[in-house]
Amino acid sequence: MSKLFSDENKAAFLGPLNVNNPVAVQVLGICSALAVTSQLKPAIVMGLSVTVITAFSNVIISLLRKTIPNRIRIIVQLVVVAALVTIVSQLLKAYVYDVSVQLSVYVGLIITNCILMGRLEAFAMQNGPWPSFLDGIGNGLGYAAILVIVGFVRELFGFGTLFGYNVIPQFMYDAGYTNNGMMVMPAMSLIIVGLVIWAHRAYNKEEK
Amino acid sequence: MKLNTNGNVYTFCYAAVMVIIVAFLLAFVASALKETQEANVANDTKGQILAALGYDKATVDVATVYAEKVQDNVFGGGELTPYEGKFNTTYGSLIKNGELHVFTGTTAEGEQAYVIPVVGRGLWGGLWGYIAVNEAKDKVLGTYFYHESETAGLGARISEKWFQDQFIGKPIFGEDGDVALTVVKAGSAQKENEVDGVTGATLTSNGVAAMVKDGLTAYEDFLGGATACSNEEECPACKTMDEKECGGCDKACDKACESNNVEQ
Repeated sequence: MSKLFSDENKAAFLGPLNVNNPVAVQVLGICSALAVTSQLKPAIVMGLSVTVITAFSNVIISLLRKTIPNRIRIIVQLVVVAALVTIVSQLLKAYVYDVSVQLSVYVGLIITNCILMGRLEAFAMQNGPWPSFLDGIGNGLGYAAILVIVGFVRELFGFGTLFGYNVIPQFMYDAGYTNNGMMVMPAMSLIIVGLVIWAHRAYNKEEK
Repeated sequence: MKLNTNGNVYTFCYAAVMVIIVAFLLAFVASALKETQEANVANDTKGQILAALGYDKATVDVATVYAEKVQDNVFGGGELTPYEGKFNTTYGSLIKNGELHVFTGTTAEGEQAYVIPVVGRGLWGGLWGYIAVNEAKDKVLGTYFYHESETAGLGARISEKWFQDQFIGKPIFGEDGDVALTVVKAGSAQKENEVDGVTGATLTSNGVAAMVKDGLTAYEDFLGGATACSNEEECPACKTMDEKECGGCDKACDKACESNNVEQ
């Protein structure tokens, strides 16, 4: 067991959550961070889906890594990711139809998420299945964390709700408070991601 | 023996084998799950019809309630005939071909209602919905709308309850006898037949407005045709026309008079 959670493996898992965050530090997966974060729920669903897919495609590529011809490795990675996403979406459609309806738009976005390709190329091609699995989970969760922060801010100030429930009390509206329509626009999520990156870097600088 | 993973032959073979394996895998998954998926889609469509009738499709047992409360009919020649074929899950092409499905059922409150499928286009992809109208066919009792790929948090909000519930109780026809029910800019709904759109999703809201208008207009014969003619005496044209041409209703009657230049 101790070998399973060695320092290196811990670093593979914890690194992307903070100091090596895929969105804040590597600046990957920004497009989907803009597209699905106007409300909290799609942001969470997207974050979890990416976590699962990254972890499993990492494992598969890691198992195949010694056999993959170097010149077509990107194509092989893409085929693995696309096949995995397709199978998962088929399974969802058959067994949890409601979830698949909610995910419909995002499944396509997962295939094109740079984090997946980035991790496959940078980590899974050089490491064994178990560290790759941890790396996938870590990166997925690091990505999900940013999405949740952005989604939280945008939904709270854009709609006055969280998970669709009203959280801003009526007397605030009566007193002249209004929802900020700007928050609903994709441009605002870019600004929020920028602020998150700023805060993240300032914090990590202090630590050093 | 160490494989030369950079050779041409190896690369080609690897690609070929990989593609064949993935193709078989996907084909197998797709065909193994097809039946369950189709059943899910049919069940979900029934759930949407129930949602238009005011049931909560997340909590009721869709298959049982649907079988109990709803009947699938086809409208033709002025009357509804029960539909016996395979349950349809999309209605766009059927409406275009003139096969007008009307679902009869009772709402969650126990009121008799007709449910009409409507199909349209939003900003990024298709929209569809079901509109429940009352027995007199002049008021909306409930709606259900959904979309293929509208923006989450913006256009996708047409599938939320607050938007759909705005339609309840709205009259369908305006004074001129045409479909007047429409969606306007968010916050500007004033008239009786206007509904607020979604903030930041004007194009999707316009899509819903067009879908409602076109959809209900396609069913105009059904919606306008069933009430008995109350002013037959006042409209001589009606007496001379056969019933099908006249439609037997006030509105058709007025229109016929207009076109025949008959004074009422």
